[in-house]
Amino acid sequence: MAHRLRTLPPRYWLVLVVVLFLIGLPTVIDSFQSGEWAQALVLAIAIMGLNILVGYSGQLSLGHGAFMALGAYISAILATRYKMDYLVTVPIAGLLTGLIGFLFGVPALRLSALYLALATFALAVVAPSLIKRPAGLTGGVQGIVLLPPVPPQPLSDAYAFLTGTAMTSDQWTYYVTLAWGLVLFWLAWNLLRHRAGRAMRAIRDGEVAAAASGINLAGYKTLAFGISAFYAGIAGSLFGLAAGFVSPDSFPVALSIQLLVGAVVGGLASIPGPLIGGIFAYFLPIESNQWVPTQTWIPVQIATTIEKAGPAVTYGAVLILIMIFAPNGIVGLVGGAYARLRGRVRGAPDRDTGQMPQDTQTV
Amino acid sequence: MQEFLQLVVSGLATGGIFASLALALVLIYNAMGLVNFAQGEMAMLATFIAFTLINRGVNYWIALPLTLVIAFGGGIAIQRIVIRPVERAPLLTLVIITLGLATLLNGLAGAIFGYVPRSFPSPFSVQTVDIFGAYASYRDLGVIAVSGVVLLAIYLLLQRTTVGLTMRAAAHHAEASRLLGVRVSWMLALGWGLASAVGAVSGIMVAPIILLEPNMMQTIIIYAFAAAVLGGIESPLGAVIGGFIVGVTVNLAGTYLPFVGGDLQLAVALAIIIGVLILKPNGLLGRPSVRRV
Amino acid sequence: MTKIGARIAAVAASLVALAACGGSATPAAQTDVGITSTSISLGNTIAQSGPAAAYGTIANAELAYFTYINNTQGGVNGRKIDFKILDDAYNPAQTVPLTKQLVEQDKVFAMFSGLGTQDQTSVRQYLNAQKVPQLFVATGATTFMLDEPTYPYTIGWQPPYQGEARIYAKDVLANHPSAKIGVLYQNDDYGQDYLKGLKDGLGSNSSMIVDSESYDVTAASVASQLATLKAKGSDTVFLFTTPAFTIMSLVIITALHWEPTIYLNSVSNPEVYMGIAAKAGAALKNVTSVGYIKDPTDPQWASDSGMQLYKTVIANCSTCNVNDGFNIYGVAVAWSMVDVLKQAGSDLTRANVAKIATSELNETNNPFLLPGVVVKTTSTDHFPITQEQVITWNGTGWTQQGSLIDERGTIK
Repeated sequence: MAHRLRTLPPRYWLVLVVVLFLIGLPTVIDSFQSGEWAQALVLAIAIMGLNILVGYSGQLSLGHGAFMALGAYISAILATRYKMDYLVTVPIAGLLTGLIGFLFGVPALRLSALYLALATFALAVVAPSLIKRPAGLTGGVQGIVLLPPVPPQPLSDAYAFLTGTAMTSDQWTYYVTLAWGLVLFWLAWNLLRHRAGRAMRAIRDGEVAAAASGINLAGYKTLAFGISAFYAGIAGSLFGLAAGFVSPDSFPVALSIQLLVGAVVGGLASIPGPLIGGIFAYFLPIESNQWVPTQTWIPVQIATTIEKAGPAVTYGAVLILIMIFAPNGIVGLVGGAYARLRGRVRGAPDRDTGQMPQDTQTV
Repeated sequence: MQEFLQLVVSGLATGGIFASLALALVLIYNAMGLVNFAQGEMAMLATFIAFTLINRGVNYWIALPLTLVIAFGGGIAIQRIVIRPVERAPLLTLVIITLGLATLLNGLAGAIFGYVPRSFPSPFSVQTVDIFGAYASYRDLGVIAVSGVVLLAIYLLLQRTTVGLTMRAAAHHAEASRLLGVRVSWMLALGWGLASAVGAVSGIMVAPIILLEPNMMQTIIIYAFAAAVLGGIESPLGAVIGGFIVGVTVNLAGTYLPFVGGDLQLAVALAIIIGVLILKPNGLLGRPSVRRV
Repeated sequence: MTKIGARIAAVAASLVALAACGGSATPAAQTDVGITSTSISLGNTIAQSGPAAAYGTIANAELAYFTYINNTQGGVNGRKIDFKILDDAYNPAQTVPLTKQLVEQDKVFAMFSGLGTQDQTSVRQYLNAQKVPQLFVATGATTFMLDEPTYPYTIGWQPPYQGEARIYAKDVLANHPSAKIGVLYQNDDYGQDYLKGLKDGLGSNSSMIVDSESYDVTAASVASQLATLKAKGSDTVFLFTTPAFTIMSLVIITALHWEPTIYLNSVSNPEVYMGIAAKAGAALKNVTSVGYIKDPTDPQWASDSGMQLYKTVIANCSTCNVNDGFNIYGVAVAWSMVDVLKQAGSDLTRANVAKIATSELNETNNPFLLPGVVVKTTSTDHFPITQEQVITWNGTGWTQQGSLIDERGTIK
């Protein structure tokens, strides 16, 4: 046992440290910051879903914000109209959204990556207007106000015993989100290193070759869509829990872009990527608004421009720069540096590090 | 009947707007097989440049060609700076970059010019002509006419000039063109420049109607996507026809289909995109595409 | 230490804290959070980026007024107002954490003039549970006034959309009793509230409305809706639209060779917008609207002392356009906020300030509002502004018609 522990690859230790850190985090930050971190983890989960679709199966969706909206509304409606416990509605929202994503994946099969991007982008833009329509069900523009979740008594007591203060609803939301995040990341890790993951990567790297080696193209591509939507549905449901409110304006097209930014920054086709990406994509607009103006070393002109432009300019610049200089995102950069550090040359000399895995659908 | 006719006429007018932006999309698609998500924002920025020139006292008819030249140069610059480094990267990379460009330009315009809508002059008056009881303003007719003129210009350039021939060759047979001494990458840049100028025309046409502000093209681009997909994304003529069909369909659906109503018009564009892609992926005038492995 | 630094420190401390099972005690709650002997801190969330960023200037204008008060009067009763503005990009999901940050980290005394119906709805329950005043929200949605009994810490300020629409109804019944009304409205709370107010105001005559057409903010054009209204035979058009769509509609109406009587809402009537519409080709015949606030571009206020004060105040904001109607709105509502704080005197508790704003306000001298407009709340009536002045467009400016119309007590 001790031997096994000692020989555990370093990345297992890293995972352990990260998990412990995330568990301990609420005890050292303000309660509302736990709420912020919960939203960052929500993004991370949605980005994991997007990552499965884009990074592993090579299909580009620019409309995952719409799937999140679906998940959020399913939960909100079940919780307010049918008086279900919100936590019970989370997996239901995930499964239903996954099912709808699976069905969406069937026609998506016929589309090239470009057309799929186009159609899903249009979906993201239209989503808020679509939500408004069945006003009786969705509350229309008034949205649905959700009660703040109350942590279960034993847990709250245990938390109070450990930290000296009772658990707030923001902290409880954070732990619920973290629990879902751990399960879903673990699931993704298992899925992607086994048969299904290999099949998806084979499809991404060459459809004809994959089909020739007996992989069920249509099956795996729709499966990827379904799983991806399942993640977005769970994320959407938790998003409602963290915000305490869902309304059409909570799901603007900017949300879908935020998800894409997170996926790209963290690193496509990687497991830790979405976590880093989620944290980055969530805190970037907040910090560019609040931290940048306090920095005296940044020229005033630039600081006020960043402030006035909101996150859009930074998001845009980050997307472009990362795609040009580090297409494998932060994980790719760190991995590359680590590999060089170990003096190991992996595979062919990576002069174009960064190149994304080949996508054969390039016309 | 008169209402129907009026809806068709005003639909054609908005269709003209969609058509000219769709034309710009088609140009870039033809140059490199890419849909440029930033086309609308590039057009918006060009319109702001025209606005600034006119505000500084430059005559409209001088500001207009000047803006087109600046837009042309800007398009080339964008291609050189952000597209060229990833020219041979997977399509996914290119799409994400154009999306990043769209976000960047939108934010920049907001930071520089603010979000208060502004009026933008139009060379065409709002006087109207009577077409069998429906009214069309000269401005509407102007938009339709301009999209026709732009189409004609593109056709002549691509089909009747050496530059056009070279551009087409570079796009369709990159390797062979390179062997023949064509500087393929510069031809792509030319494509971007042209698309940018054509987009600028659409921005300048649309701004007097929907007012100039950073977000003015955000939904127009969706209608332009629908128009380009419907027409067949390779076909300039298809883009224009697609634009008119989308404009009229959206109007008629909004009025005569109760479940659509006025507030789901954009969803009609989405339905057109999805419907065409599933039922007739090459659009009305597109050729079946060959997928290279 | 910077915030980033703090977060890194938090990262490092996290594990330690966990291992030590350590507890950190939070200080006991204070009754007057956000008040010191020299300062009063107020928080605000508003869209300063994204689709609704045009509204963002309101908060800057409010800040300009507080700066003016701090500089010329040393603040309110010796306490300077510290006003913190955060950008929520008009997205309710961002309003929530930002509001919590202002309340829990920055310890603001009250939230002031937060913008947007959905955005302010998203935090109303939280703020009331925390007993933090949510004062003078920048939306005319009726719920922020009508539901005061449920949310005693929340109050709006501007005339409710429904009340304004009722004033139009009165004017139509008085001056155009045989009108065939067509309505164009935005399909959100804003447009729907206006439409409801119009129907309620017309009462038994609501069949005068021959057709109502909606549009979505994503619409590229409203030409088809207006063509339909014309085809249905309406001779009086109500535009319950936002400024850009109002201008577009005025131009399209002219292009349709149509000369209906036009009513447009107060949000869209600043002379700047009318000028844009005229330049774009709109005929602007028979246009009626209402107002309650002085328009900075209206020459009749050129030598008005309130307008002079506004110009002095707004000079404190380098990014503010003096002619922008949003800015005088911001200064006027900030004036009411200072008024409430003055009235609270030494009893600066959240409960007392909320009570004054929602139930004890009686402001007859707000210099930025039209003469005679009173900002008033009582224990049974929580609609601060209910009076508006009917105005008609004379080709170059607005002409006041008759006297102020008051809808107090009619919205239930």
